Amino acid sequence: MIDIIKVSKNFNGHKVLDKLSLKIEKGQTCVIIGRSGCGKSVLLKHIVGILKPDSGKIVIEGQNIPDLNEKELDAVRMKLGMVFQGGALFDSMTVGENVGFGLIEHDHVSRRELLERIEEALCMVDLCGIENLWPAQLSGGMKKRVALARAICIRPEIILYDEPTTGVDPITADSINELIRSLHDKLKVTSIVVTHDMKSAYRVGDKLAMLYQGNIIAEGTPEEIQKAKNPVVHQFINGLAKGPITETIDHYREY
Amino acid sequence: MKNWFLSKKSDIEEALSKFFLDFGRSILGFVYFLGGLANLTGQCFYYMFTPPFNKERIFEQAKRAGYDSLGIVSLVSLFIGFIYALQTAYFMQRIGSEIYIASLVAISLVRELGPVITALVVAGRVGAAITAEMGTMQVTEQIDALETLATNPIRYLVIPRVLALSLMLPLLTLYADVVGIFGSYLICVYKLGISSNMYIHATFDVLFRKDLFTGLVKTVFFGLIIATVSCYEAFNVEGGAEGVGQATTKAVVKTFIMIIAADCFFTALFYFIFP
Repeated sequence: MIDIIKVSKNFNGHKVLDKLSLKIEKGQTCVIIGRSGCGKSVLLKHIVGILKPDSGKIVIEGQNIPDLNEKELDAVRMKLGMVFQGGALFDSMTVGENVGFGLIEHDHVSRRELLERIEEALCMVDLCGIENLWPAQLSGGMKKRVALARAICIRPEIILYDEPTTGVDPITADSINELIRSLHDKLKVTSIVVTHDMKSAYRVGDKLAMLYQGNIIAEGTPEEIQKAKNPVVHQFINGLAKGPITETIDHYREY
Repeated sequence: MKNWFLSKKSDIEEALSKFFLDFGRSILGFVYFLGGLANLTGQCFYYMFTPPFNKERIFEQAKRAGYDSLGIVSLVSLFIGFIYALQTAYFMQRIGSEIYIASLVAISLVRELGPVITALVVAGRVGAAITAEMGTMQVTEQIDALETLATNPIRYLVIPRVLALSLMLPLLTLYADVVGIFGSYLICVYKLGISSNMYIHATFDVLFRKDLFTGLVKTVFFGLIIATVSCYEAFNVEGGAEGVGQATTKAVVKTFIMIIAADCFFTALFYFIFP
């Protein structure tokens, strides 16, 4: 279970997260939706401990992430897999070395087991047999899937996805959605997906939470969110150019 | 008339206040840079002496920094040898003391020119590559990815580079000294007509162990400067390709300044310790 309690974060005086609270149950897929630049990725980086909050707690399995020392944090990170927006594959390594990175660095498994685990992870994302290719030889969609394979290779309990369907064609996007769903069903992992792609959000989420002005303004099942009366949520999920979100921006522009 | 005077004054005031503000900002920026660099260096020393150590990555970086730089270091130091011999000959021939060319070249190369020229060449070649590579890793979130895979970026990326450069720079300098003296030997023996035997004697007679020692010790620190400044700038890249370009320029400029400043410090220090 992941429990985010009143987390605040400022960057150069700009409030990105403002006493944000969110609870994600074990085995649940929670989709965090919101406009670009509203702090979704910042929230993910807090969960993996890359960023530290100014105040508040992020509790994973009873441990408060900002309080942990390096060793304890690394132990938690080995239970976490993160898929970055652009893949963030190490371009000085082959696909196989990328996927097996966590195991090579930390688990000291035998070479045979390592190769098996790499192949297993790659086959799970439908990319069997590309271990020896280089990241530069892959398409955008393939890079995202290899990044996903790298995240699942360490057999994590929690997977975090940063905009998994952004920048790929609709067919690849759908196959990634399917993959997220099937990993959730097969591996019973807890997932947090950050996206502004509503189709993907409805498809993969057990629970949707909308992040707006540093806070979660609505959460619920996809059906509940679709029926939400909050005008901000309504504007966002229907992708309307006019509404309270854009009006606030116009209001600021006038001054 | 009065208005004109006032407006002129306010222009001057504006320009002055802008000058002082910019000046203050750049000083603050430099202090901030030194603080960050000290922090990174401190962390480097901590991780350098705590296991696990990754020998393979250190060797890989040592090959890139050392072996791959042999070509350019050879060329530059050979030319420096030629140039220095000819420039010294210009004056020595006037006072009829050609034989001292060998001694002068040996002392200057081993104590000063070899270490500094090698450090600057390596800063331009290896330091810039480090900032560009790691800066790109930073903007493409690869450094964040390392952290999420429970791997400390300082231990994984910085330590191998710091160790490789601090170990390789003294070796490269030693090599540059030899090549530079050889370049000067070619000019003196084949162009100026000094006998080969005399040249070799004149070289080894003036060189003491302390000359070699003071020349090489400072290169260990030059290596440390190149690696830490390049990595620091890479970690602080903001934006995309443009940010990486700016960081690379900053890294090379700051490394050059710091190498010359450190050289000044060490020269003064050794002058008083080993008079």
